Amino acid sequence: MIAQNFEYETPATLDEALDLMEGGAKALAGGMSLIPLMKLRLAAPEKVVDLRRVPGLNSIRTADGRLHIGAMVTHYELESTPLVRTGCPLLAMAAATIGDVQVRNLGTIGGSIAHADPAADYPAALQALEAVIRIAGKGGERRMSAAEFFVDTFTTALEPGELVVETSVPLEAAGTGVSYQKCTQPASGFALVGVAARVIKEGGRVSLARVGVTGLAGSSYRAGNVETLLVGTAGGEEDVKKAAAVVAEGKEANSDIHASADYRAHLARVYTARALRAALGMAG
Amino acid sequence: MASTVTKTETLFGKRMKRKEDPRLITGTATYVDDIQMPGMHHAVILRSPYAAARIRSIDTKRALELPGVAAVFTGADVKDVGPVPCGASLPGLRVPHHHVLAQDRTYFVGHPVAVVVAADRYIARDAVDRIEVDWEPLDAVADPEKALEAGAPAVHPQWPDNKAFDYHQEHGEVDKVFAEADVVVKQRITSQRLIPCAMETRGVVAEWRSGEKALTIYTSTQIPHLMRSLVAGMLGIPENKLRAVAPEVGGGFGSKLNVYAEEALMGFVAMKIGKPVKWIESRRENMLATTHGRGHVDYYEIAAKKDGTIVGIKLKLIQDVGSYHQLLTPAIPTLSVLMMPGVYRCQNIRADIVGVFTNCVPTDAYRGAGRPEAMHGIERMVDILAAEMKMDPAELRLKNFIQPEEFPYATATGLTYDSGDYDKPLKKALEIAGYAKLREEQRAARSAGRLMGIGLSTYGEICAIGPSPATPAGGWESATVRIEPSGKVTVHTGCSPHGQGEETTFAQIAADELGVDIEDVIVLHGDTAIVQYGIGTFGSRGTAIGGTAMYFAIQELKAKIKRFGAMMLGCDEVRFEDGRCVCGKTGKSVTIQEIAAASYRAMKLPPNTEPGMVATYFWEPPNFTFPFGAHIVVTEVDKETGDIAVKRYVAVDDCGKIINPLIVAGQIHGGVAQGLGQALYEEAVYDDSGQLMTGEFMDYCVPKSTMVPWIEDSNTETPTPVNPLGIKGVGEAGTIGCSPAVVNSVVDALSPLGVRHIDMPMTPEKIWKLVRGGAA
Ligand SMILES: Cc1cc2nc3c(=O)[nH]c(=O)nc-3n(C[C@H](O)[C@H](O)[C@H](O)COP(=O)(O)OP(=O)(O)OC[C@H]3O[C@@H](n4cnc5c(N)ncnc54)[C@H](O)[C@@H]3O)c2cc1C
Repeated sequence: MIAQNFEYETPATLDEALDLMEGGAKALAGGMSLIPLMKLRLAAPEKVVDLRRVPGLNSIRTADGRLHIGAMVTHYELESTPLVRTGCPLLAMAAATIGDVQVRNLGTIGGSIAHADPAADYPAALQALEAVIRIAGKGGERRMSAAEFFVDTFTTALEPGELVVETSVPLEAAGTGVSYQKCTQPASGFALVGVAARVIKEGGRVSLARVGVTGLAGSSYRAGNVETLLVGTAGGEEDVKKAAAVVAEGKEANSDIHASADYRAHLARVYTARALRAALGMAG
Repeated sequence: MASTVTKTETLFGKRMKRKEDPRLITGTATYVDDIQMPGMHHAVILRSPYAAARIRSIDTKRALELPGVAAVFTGADVKDVGPVPCGASLPGLRVPHHHVLAQDRTYFVGHPVAVVVAADRYIARDAVDRIEVDWEPLDAVADPEKALEAGAPAVHPQWPDNKAFDYHQEHGEVDKVFAEADVVVKQRITSQRLIPCAMETRGVVAEWRSGEKALTIYTSTQIPHLMRSLVAGMLGIPENKLRAVAPEVGGGFGSKLNVYAEEALMGFVAMKIGKPVKWIESRRENMLATTHGRGHVDYYEIAAKKDGTIVGIKLKLIQDVGSYHQLLTPAIPTLSVLMMPGVYRCQNIRADIVGVFTNCVPTDAYRGAGRPEAMHGIERMVDILAAEMKMDPAELRLKNFIQPEEFPYATATGLTYDSGDYDKPLKKALEIAGYAKLREEQRAARSAGRLMGIGLSTYGEICAIGPSPATPAGGWESATVRIEPSGKVTVHTGCSPHGQGEETTFAQIAADELGVDIEDVIVLHGDTAIVQYGIGTFGSRGTAIGGTAMYFAIQELKAKIKRFGAMMLGCDEVRFEDGRCVCGKTGKSVTIQEIAAASYRAMKLPPNTEPGMVATYFWEPPNFTFPFGAHIVVTEVDKETGDIAVKRYVAVDDCGKIINPLIVAGQIHGGVAQGLGQALYEEAVYDDSGQLMTGEFMDYCVPKSTMVPWIEDSNTETPTPVNPLGIKGVGEAGTIGCSPAVVNSVVDALSPLGVRHIDMPMTPEKIWKLVRGGAA
């Protein structure tokens, strides 16, 4: 990497990190998004604050019926930790589809969501999981939902100087069916479209449906219209098709050399149906 | 006498791991970027951000002010350096003067404009951003067909029609056979622009010794000797004052079969600043400014009789040249014409090439260089003909193959195919694939509404390039074989391997011929100070020509060994076997090691014999060689998404005699991976303004190992009479056989929907549109 000169800091506490973040510094987590940008000089931070030594950011723990995941937990840890695989399989599934082994060994969930790439995988899962993101700043902590956090392409609700500290997701109740289905852009490994689905059935009817979508539009989103159509149905093939058909409605689909807007919208419908089918199958 | 020799096993034909691999896979090999020198400076190049622009002025003052910057050079400084050479010649070829740095105008994004030299690479890179260029962007054209339209922006103002050359070749009675044919099929077929993407980007270290007035250039090249001859000319220094070294080279695929502006430029810089200088190409620069491959738009017509006999082929070939001619740019499409009839007996051909300038980086050789394009064309056309005639594509091929007894076979394009038995690999591939059963499965799949395809290609290609009259710089190769006083064997080959495994295959041949342990043989190459003049490694020539040169050098040594043996044994009837000379009368023997020692000690010499044990041989091949093979690919298309799954890949390749089956399989696997890349994923995409949209691996998809299917590879062996080893070459075969088989398979899958052709890369979106919209 032939980046521009920058200062490199390795704070040992969160407070120190927040102090160092003042005045336009960039946090460094796994470096899998930041370093390519610096290499191409599309990002040229004067100061880089490496979060690796900040204690507590790489823990995975349960509390209050939720799974709490530190910002520095890597994709590989999420993919492979038994607690995540059983407690929140959707997140493990999404993590397992990210890039390649090297990227998963270094990249972190905190870095991924702070970066807010419109084609990143976690956002779909976090939308469907109604995740809560804990943010620390000089003025204290705040929490917000994934729906509030992801604002637009490469844009989150983080204020300058703030850091993602933790993400929490519900520990899935027995009988919840989940699935993450992704159409991969073959060069980068990112999602052309990725759809996360969670469903619960009670008495033969869908009682809860959550659908998160990434890749299609400028930002990830929860497809409330799909959820509404599915809830109350028996979750049969026709129900799935009808619900999936509306996933792209009202969204301006991305278009680039890898996929036109039409094709992306089509993929969103296909992958929504696939995710719903798989989740319903798992929910039994 | 005592013996130290144990070798009796024949290594030719043996599956052996490559001798060069341990250093390559443990990170202990020395590439250009591993070279460090005292006082070494670093260069970074400012490149044009525009595909076409006038440079009104350049101000380097702020760059020079940065501490650590030693010098900045611009076009004005290098205007007397000779032009980047084009080695190919065609009648009427238009060759733009290709300065090593742009003068008053740039012609493609990535065009070198200035070079900064500084104490380290970071400073040099920072300084590049401080150079102020006053640009006047101009209209550009990136698409070769658009460049031919009236009113298109002129890439080179002096040639407003954007034509770089026209080339015509014809044989037989083309108009007559087309007029009389029962069937004529036509198709436009593209072979898109590809980025070679060698794992190691280019890099140069130049060192000037002012006392000796001698320059050394270390460069990641496939052709150190030719680079030396040409760069010496560009810089105006005597050839014997320039040493070229190709250290470990991390892949080339043709993109390093070239002489680049940067090689001469670094020599120029080193001489100016009096310090060694290193330039390492970034991946982005590699994609922007190292030659691309392919770039064809082909208009094919083929004519046949009712029974399927192919009687005529017409081709209009539009070659995207790019902005300049690099070393072989205009020659590449002429190779496509040479191979246009493929493996079929067709004596009536007409080809017209138009080379077109575009505001893109030049195209040049890329794995297969002209032959993949030709095979893609003819193998697609044969399938289109089979579909038109409702014939089985395998049957149609078998019907048109040149037969074994017809070799040597004179083609309509002026080649003489050496040997061939085209039925053999096809029949073997059909058997391995279980062709009849596959067709049954396909019928069942189709009635279940699934899109399953079976595609095949039967390719032929040109290897061992080539006889000198057919190449721009001589087509021979050289070898020096030296048996050291200890009996160890040192081979100097003039070709310059960079991943092909010749340190192993050459050692196998030498060990067999001399009866020594393979561990006692080393193969050196790539340094003009230690290796006699040579040509290089490209066109699947290294072993077939360079290995043969070594073979003949060894034969000379064997004669000398026998003379020494006869003298030492006092016997006039000696034979040389398993590393020793044996007296036919007494059975007494002396080993090659003893003979080598005696030859240098020279207490006594045989009559008319020099001391020492060294022989050099320059071998001029009498012909090319022509390998062939058959690939069968089974695919299934996902109707919903357009995704293509490659279910089976069967490859039967005939590269003549096989020295090392493991290396042959490795070359095929790598070649197939690159063919799949072209068929399914890769394309250098320029937008209308000439910006490269695929300038990073995030956007340019080279298939990853997980995307390459299991390859069921095997061989047939039809020796060539062209060289005594019977070997043909295998470096490019996998790529050449692959892309048409994959496309034929997917077209076959979609044929129930009326689809008859798909251009590459066959992206899922393209397929989805065909599934939705029907015929293409
Ligand atoms: C080849 C390749 C393939 C990839 N494929 C995929 C894929 O398929 N799917 C996918 O989702 N992603 C993919 N990625 C991106 C990868 O997941 C990254 O790891 C991720 O986007 C960023 O995480 P990181 O830890 O590497 O963050 P970094 O690169 O270190 O940081 C990214 C950004 O987030 C900021 N940041 C980091 N941590 C915090 C924090 N705690 N609080 C606030 N800001 C912070 C940084 O300042 C920076 O702006 C790929 C990346 C590569 C290189």
